[in-house]
Amino acid sequence: MRTFWKNSVRFFASLKLTVVLLALSMVLIFIATWDQRDLGVYLVQKKWFRSFVVVHFIGKIGFLYPGGYTLGFLLLFNLVAAHITRFKLTWKKSGIFLTHFGLILLLLGEFCSGLWQEDFSMRIDEGQTKNYAESFHFNELAVIDATDPKTDRVTAIPEQIVATQTAISHSSLPFRIEVKAYYPHAAMQLREQAANPVPQLATAGFGRRFALTPFPPPKSDDLPLPAAYLEIVGTEGSLGTFLVSAMAPQPESFVYAGRTWQLAMRPQREYKPFSLHLLKVTNDLYPGSDIPKNYASLVRLETEDGHQDQEFKIYMNNPLRFGGYTFYQYQMQAQAAEKFSVLQVVRNPSWLVPYIACALMALGLSVQFGISLFRFIDKRSRAAA
Amino acid sequence: MKKLLPLIVLALGICYLADGLRAPKNTTDFDLAGFSRLPALLNGRIKPLDTVARNTLLTLQGRQLVNNPEMDHAYVDSPIEWLLNVIYRPELADTYTTFRIDNRELLGLIGKTGDDLKVKYTSSVKQSMTTLGFLPSHHSRFSYNDLAPHLDEIDRQTKLANSTDSKFRTPFQRAVLALSSNVSLYQRLKYSFVPPDSTDFYAELMQFQGTLAKSVEAAANREAGKPYDTEALKAASDAIRRYQALADFAYVHPVSALDPAHAVEWRSVGQGLLDSYAAGEVPYEIMTYAALGKAWRENQPARFNEVIRLFRRAQEKLQPSALRKTDLEVRFNVAEPFYRSLNLYALAFFLAVFSWLRWADTLGRSAFYLVALAFVATTAGMLARMWIGGYAPVTNLYSSALFVGWVAGGLCLALEAIYRNAIGSVAAGMIGVGTLIIAHHLSIGGDTMEMMRAVLDSNFWLSTHVITVTTGYGATLLAGFLAIIYVLRGLLTKSMDKATADALARMVYGIVCFATLFSLVGTILGGIWADQSWGRFWGWDPKENGALIIVIWNAIILHARWGGMVRQRGLMILAIFGNVVTGWSWFGTNLLEVGLHSYGFTSSGRTNLIAFVILNLAIIGLALIPLKNWRSFRGTTA
Repeated sequence: MRTFWKNSVRFFASLKLTVVLLALSMVLIFIATWDQRDLGVYLVQKKWFRSFVVVHFIGKIGFLYPGGYTLGFLLLFNLVAAHITRFKLTWKKSGIFLTHFGLILLLLGEFCSGLWQEDFSMRIDEGQTKNYAESFHFNELAVIDATDPKTDRVTAIPEQIVATQTAISHSSLPFRIEVKAYYPHAAMQLREQAANPVPQLATAGFGRRFALTPFPPPKSDDLPLPAAYLEIVGTEGSLGTFLVSAMAPQPESFVYAGRTWQLAMRPQREYKPFSLHLLKVTNDLYPGSDIPKNYASLVRLETEDGHQDQEFKIYMNNPLRFGGYTFYQYQMQAQAAEKFSVLQVVRNPSWLVPYIACALMALGLSVQFGISLFRFIDKRSRAAA
Repeated sequence: MKKLLPLIVLALGICYLADGLRAPKNTTDFDLAGFSRLPALLNGRIKPLDTVARNTLLTLQGRQLVNNPEMDHAYVDSPIEWLLNVIYRPELADTYTTFRIDNRELLGLIGKTGDDLKVKYTSSVKQSMTTLGFLPSHHSRFSYNDLAPHLDEIDRQTKLANSTDSKFRTPFQRAVLALSSNVSLYQRLKYSFVPPDSTDFYAELMQFQGTLAKSVEAAANREAGKPYDTEALKAASDAIRRYQALADFAYVHPVSALDPAHAVEWRSVGQGLLDSYAAGEVPYEIMTYAALGKAWRENQPARFNEVIRLFRRAQEKLQPSALRKTDLEVRFNVAEPFYRSLNLYALAFFLAVFSWLRWADTLGRSAFYLVALAFVATTAGMLARMWIGGYAPVTNLYSSALFVGWVAGGLCLALEAIYRNAIGSVAAGMIGVGTLIIAHHLSIGGDTMEMMRAVLDSNFWLSTHVITVTTGYGATLLAGFLAIIYVLRGLLTKSMDKATADALARMVYGIVCFATLFSLVGTILGGIWADQSWGRFWGWDPKENGALIIVIWNAIILHARWGGMVRQRGLMILAIFGNVVTGWSWFGTNLLEVGLHSYGFTSSGRTNLIAFVILNLAIIGLALIPLKNWRSFRGTTA
């Protein structure tokens, strides 16, 4: 038992394991990079880097490969074990210690980013004000109480629930929602234009004039466009079946118990305690060319509590950081009549970790190689003397 | 003599470089050098017409020489003379073979098949040279007149190719798109100074200038409801239509800005003419270019040179800062520092290799001097590019190739200064020649000093992240080439003794350490830049992954050595594989055509990259031959 323990400690702390794990990581990154041709970067991250085991097919031959989490944790384990058992902290090794400690931080930081980082997009038309951002990847069913013209009361139901449950009730809703049919990705077209639609279930609203044609979900980074037929059932019985689709230009609406309600399938929203007003978008070209020189959005930021009201210019390499969020210039349309800007909104509580980790690693390597270099020069000058 | 030889080599090398610094001389009576220095705006940068001519020729036909193999003399002596004929005597330029076409199907489309393509040499010497492969046996360049009858069909095929997703285009479709873009480039260049069908543009301008006041008055009268000169107004509206088309079509913008507050916004000839109504007179640049055209067409060198002289004097007053850059750029074009370095590197390589067989000290030192000269010349060339373009040294694939060669050259000089065994010079020669040839092929795409697209337009990050990561590429490649020297020299020659082998191992180890440091720091800085501009530190973008793979590979080499898993030969094998890794990260990721970093790469690049990978794998295969069969180690135990 003792020798087994010793042997396994030696195995987990060994440099051989380090080299094998590094080589496996390199191959992982290489194949994953090629896979981006088919999958796009978001799905590749999910499949290869934020997973424990990867099942990959090349043609018809499938194989298993350790995922990013597995390799990352093993490397971490290997590194910690090596430091506990093999390394002694001396000046000569101080550089390696710093480098390795930086690496541990970097791996943990990336792991935390994977867990906590959230990306949203915020499309604002010139002159418009918005206080929410939309998800790049997820949709929601929004049930909106629009009775009060000043404020909407929104009950947001994640798409996942619509996909898996047949009936949805919520304390804020005076009615029950029955999911008659759900399609993860479907085109919404006028009835007469649809070639192969699914059976029409809509009995109320503008959905009666439209038809749905399901498609396999997109294999790349595009947002899927889900659709569903939903029956609204009140205490006195059914109010009809409505069509909701991420492609619908406006929400369905109906009146129940004296209140006006709206139904919409839309990208998940995250409301913020402040609003952005887009004052101006600019996209300059270099003179005499069509090479873009800059993209910039001039925004006015106002907090709900009224304590802050400032103008910011967001442009390439110059994001706006506010309230734990970072706003980046993502896309824009500045030439056409309808001008808008799309900002990417990122919340990543661990964003500072890589900066610290990197500084440590760079310092560590410089110290280590500096020590070696000086020793080498010293030896040569003594040999020459 | 043996002591003198290195100094003589050094002196000759200096003379060779200095030869490029002489001011260009005119080969005809016309002041072509003066014309080549005239500034114009193109793609966001004010550059001399010399650069416009050279880059356009490179784009159209992959070289600057305007020549037909069947003729004894080139059509013209210099790119600038070609440009003069394109804009002032297009009927002549249209007969020059300046459109390169390689695709067989496309050649068929323009009616060139079988015997049409064979080059018919008159001299028997040339015929035998062709048989030996020294001269081309087939035509690959064609004139505008060759293409003209087929423009409609080319246009139709272009539309078809454009409607196809770029991933699924056939080689023919890609060739059609390249050709049609070249034809349009040529046409736009042709009409950048003189409108089409203008028999005497100078006379037209004089008349236009004379009627300007009348037209403005007529327009003002009509506006005010008073009687007006209908004739003058009609002439003006015809002229406006004509010059508007000229402005829309323009490629080069040779007329300085109307508004001094926006001095960089130079105008096309068409726009300048349209602005004449407001300014009250035709811009002097347009009059000058028309006068130059008249003198060129009528073969009046004295008048041509006098106009150039006056024009230059006026511009020295109005555009002093633009002229400083364009003048230097012309000198830079003529000096060809990178081409000359290429030759010096090649010569240094041969001298250094010979030094292992004979006269180690004399030849070794000569090679060292040549490498140093080549390094100085590339440094000067890169500094000139930085000053002219206003950016950090690495801005695109072309300049990354220059920089990789420069880093490797610098490191080799350091190694050579320490070890004095000519190994550094051999490695510098190989990498110097290799990277400069790569750079030459990458330059065929057009201007290599292009303006940076919005997201990349940050000199801070260009000069930190890009420089460090490219230094990492250069060092990793250098380690690989040193390892190749170890394998080939040890396996094929008897010249590598134990001391040399140990020295090589120390060099490779040291360079790998250096490469690890720089590629790691560079990759990290890239992450920070990404965090600043795209909102995430690490996005698993192909180019980012490529950089990371280099870091990991260098870390593998170091850990394998520290753990005693590899010794001298194993270290070399790993270092050679580092070449494959670097090749893929540097160029392979551009082949994927996905991600934020994918810019400019051709399909011929793919073939070369695959060949490079196979070559390195083959050398690894050689390295696996048991040591007892290596000529240097036979009879010894290593």
